[in-house]
Amino acid sequence: MKTESKLERLLSQGHFVVSGEIGPPKHANPEGIKKHAALLKDYVDAMNLTDNQTAIVRLSSIAAGVHVLASGGEPIIQMTVRDRNRIALQSDLLGAYSLGMRNVLCLSGDHQSFGNHPTAKNVHDIDSIQLIKIVKDLRDEKKFACGEELKGNEPRFFIGAAANPFADPFEFRVLRLEKKINAGADFIQTQCIFDMERFEKFMAMVRERGLHKRAYIIAGVMPLKSAKAARYMQQSVAGMIVPEEIVSRMEKAADPKAEGVAICVEQIKHLRNIEGVAGVHIMAVMWEDIIPTIVKEAGLYPRPKVD
Amino acid sequence: MIIAEAKPLAEVAGLINDAQKILVVGCGGCVTVCLAGGEKETGILAAALRMLRKKEGNPLETVEVTLTRQCDPEYVDMLAKYVTDDIDAIISLACGVGVQFLAERYPKWVVPALNTKFAGATIEHGVWEERCGLCGECILYKTGGICPVIRCSKSILNGPCGGSQNGKCEVNPETPCAWQLIYDRLKTLGKLDLLLEIQPPKDWSKSRDGGPRKVVREDVRLA
Ligand code: SF4
Ligand code: SF4
Repeated sequence: MKTESKLERLLSQGHFVVSGEIGPPKHANPEGIKKHAALLKDYVDAMNLTDNQTAIVRLSSIAAGVHVLASGGEPIIQMTVRDRNRIALQSDLLGAYSLGMRNVLCLSGDHQSFGNHPTAKNVHDIDSIQLIKIVKDLRDEKKFACGEELKGNEPRFFIGAAANPFADPFEFRVLRLEKKINAGADFIQTQCIFDMERFEKFMAMVRERGLHKRAYIIAGVMPLKSAKAARYMQQSVAGMIVPEEIVSRMEKAADPKAEGVAICVEQIKHLRNIEGVAGVHIMAVMWEDIIPTIVKEAGLYPRPKVD
Repeated sequence: MIIAEAKPLAEVAGLINDAQKILVVGCGGCVTVCLAGGEKETGILAAALRMLRKKEGNPLETVEVTLTRQCDPEYVDMLAKYVTDDIDAIISLACGVGVQFLAERYPKWVVPALNTKFAGATIEHGVWEERCGLCGECILYKTGGICPVIRCSKSILNGPCGGSQNGKCEVNPETPCAWQLIYDRLKTLGKLDLLLEIQPPKDWSKSRDGGPRKVVREDVRLA
């Protein structure tokens, strides 16, 4: 065990983990986060707190993580390199650890042109792989990015990274995953999977290179709420492939929400049987309340207990 | 070369509202090539300003000169004879360097007529594209001659990000993903292993930060 992360403990014990996602609000009231954290804590092993998702200003992921902790949940704070340079990122890492965060997901972040401040100056001082390496060096070498030694406690984070099996160039995706693992990623959360065939291919390549033995791969799923949402994801979200079959299933459904849940549950059951998949990450954007239902129907409830 | 484009006429006109007589100075360098600030554009701008002011009943007198380059003291000095006492303002059609050089040399109200955009190249007649971010430490040898600092929307040095699809950047379906280009090129060259190396954080101190950068060539200095 490298860290005190509950997520790491469960994964290292071989449990098929479940994580969920909470989007912090566009205001300073934490009640929604607390409510969701209390609702989800028995159904997921850890909760991702997004970092100004889609480049829209929201309550910070670290602050949200504090509310999750207080509500009895295990936070995974997301950290993008879009808004902060290496000085701010390392400072936030120290601060987050001091507040009890034990998991961090290192991301490049959506481009600011998609958000509510498109005229902002982005930072991109470092990229996500460089951030992974910085978090690892802080932890394992007790060194800042500049090479200077930490004179006190080092932040011991369980380090996460993202992988998108649906982006291009496809053949390079697995190599990039390997690069992230070489940089220090302990666990990987993937982009939402709708195209199972492509994901299976991706996982075959992952196994061929033995990457599933070097990092825990947690597969992303997303319950669709409507046919319109499915079509939108298919047509307008970069780096996402939604097969026509799924969109038409949603279109034909009498109760699209129920159908979305059913598809998601099927996907989870399928993913559980893929060698090398260590868990699922449920991204129910603006629909966090549905996560307990999905977890139960997928046969993943109750969640294992750890001390 | 430096690529620039004209500011809207109304904006330029607004900057010299109080002037009676102005000097309009073009540049024979980059901005001539990108058709933004050469002799022809200088004449057109001067004429347009005169017409606008005539319509407003506030006539404007213009003197037009195009220097070989506005980023060289030698040529900027040649402007001295035109900068007479009755000149109320100077409009520069050079890049920002030229505008600053004129302002440094002459005690007049100097205004830019162009928006200086980037270091780019002519893709086809009338189309220019940015190719270098002037980062101060070129890494093109690591990326097959394609610059991720400026051509990747997130300046990723270990790309491609998760938004790259069908060869396009997530930010704009018109923009090729720089990392797809880099991947394709290195694949053709049989050098994909270059992409497996983890590139460390870039030394941005060579870039914009820390005040103006300076290049000194002792071997060619005169004094
Ligand atoms: S690496 Fe730097 S110097 Fe080289 S092309 Fe890119 S921005 Fe210009
Ligand atoms: S899609 Fe390609 S060019 Fe655009 S930000 Fe990602 S890696 Fe950079």
